[in-house]
Amino acid sequence: MSGGSRLRVAVLDYGAANMVSISQALVSAGADAIVAARPSDLAGVDALVVPGVGAAAPAMVHLREQGLLEPLRDWVRAGRPCLGICLGFQLLFDASDEGDSGDSPTLGLLAGRTVLLEDAPTLPHIGWNSVEAVRPHPLFEGIADGSYFYFVHSFVPTPADESVVVARTTHGRPFVSAVASGSLYGLQFHPEKSAAAGHRLLVNFLGLVGGAA
Amino acid sequence: MLARRVIPCLDVANGRVVKGTKFVDLTDEGDPAELAERYAREGADEIVFLDITAAHEGRGTMLEVVRRTASRAFVPLTVGGGVRTMIEMRDVLRAGADKVSFNTAAVADPDLLTDCARKFGSQAVVCAIDARRLPSASGAEPAWEVVTHGGRRQTELEAVAWAVRAVELGAGELLVTSMDRDGTRSGFDTELLRAISSRVRVPVIASGGAAGPDDFVAAVRDGGADAVLAASIFHRRMHSIAAVKAAMAEAGLPVRTVEEAGS
Repeated sequence: MSGGSRLRVAVLDYGAANMVSISQALVSAGADAIVAARPSDLAGVDALVVPGVGAAAPAMVHLREQGLLEPLRDWVRAGRPCLGICLGFQLLFDASDEGDSGDSPTLGLLAGRTVLLEDAPTLPHIGWNSVEAVRPHPLFEGIADGSYFYFVHSFVPTPADESVVVARTTHGRPFVSAVASGSLYGLQFHPEKSAAAGHRLLVNFLGLVGGAA
Repeated sequence: MLARRVIPCLDVANGRVVKGTKFVDLTDEGDPAELAERYAREGADEIVFLDITAAHEGRGTMLEVVRRTASRAFVPLTVGGGVRTMIEMRDVLRAGADKVSFNTAAVADPDLLTDCARKFGSQAVVCAIDARRLPSASGAEPAWEVVTHGGRRQTELEAVAWAVRAVELGAGELLVTSMDRDGTRSGFDTELLRAISSRVRVPVIASGGAAGPDDFVAAVRDGGADAVLAASIFHRRMHSIAAVKAAMAEAGLPVRTVEEAGS
């Protein structure tokens, strides 16, 4: 089935995401998508996608139980391509306010913590909102600035390092909706649910992965 | 700025989109995945499948429909009708849906909303409320009761109070249908929508009564709805999603417009 030149992208399955949509969206963007539930599934892949909706603390427990936590950290620290989406984006940071304890340690790959989106007129923030570029980035090539993407979340990460911020979105107040740091990318919205704009973004991500390989 | 959503709703029975009234005279209108993809291309911000399969044996078919739809229509997908347990919700989400809408099941077992919100997050839990206006003396504040089983059964619940409670229990969104207006094409019950949207912080989806683009504007502007759902006016091609969004944009409401690729 594989066309040979298609990139292999592993989508981490840790029980917190709609795996069908993200996998099919990656296939539609030109990749071979595999669902990875064990460290051994990561052999021979070109990029990782960390998807997810739901809460931070149980997600971290699942990643640890499945033995994926350290392989994921090692992967990113080695500078290999990785895309975090929604909860998978928030997990990249140091810690999250979400959960009963109000303080859940997360992956610590980017400095900053995930906090509740205060002052929002509606919460959860559900629906299509415009993504405004802070700086040009190849991830958004061919996508008009201010394009609508689909969001569904209540928490947002607050990067300590402003230089990683690629785009912001406003719901009550502005928050960071896209970051890039080397080959590590994070999106608060769901490209796999964002119709044509989301498709283009995933194509761009694969272009970056192919270019880095 | 958050766009106001326009959501076509498809009634699905035994894996096919059907049209009919009161569950009788159902006519086959096509493949749900194909229609969902077409609506997505035309600018639908989300798709709702309402499973009206009568027999329990038909349920597996719905999962297959969800799977096929999630593989080709890259917009959010909500499934309502027939999901009664956390296990059934898990199966629907795993098949590729983003949200599940509970109606009768939530009235019968309110804890279901809490359990599902804990397990899958409140963003995945929609509480559908079918409301019917109670007779009231002229000049008195209007009131609505919750009805279930497609309007055939009354409950003891007052609709606004139930909406507030459903959110406290874990619902992340409310789908509010006026049973007085449903199928009548006489416009949304904006008083009902306002009564609920002014009392909750979660998004409210308006349903029941859409006749034309102006009704969508009224549901948002007068009713405070975040999203507007309709079925027949889209299926019968009386109005396009683009025409509805154009009217909303004209009225100053933020909407997501799409350039149709080819077609």
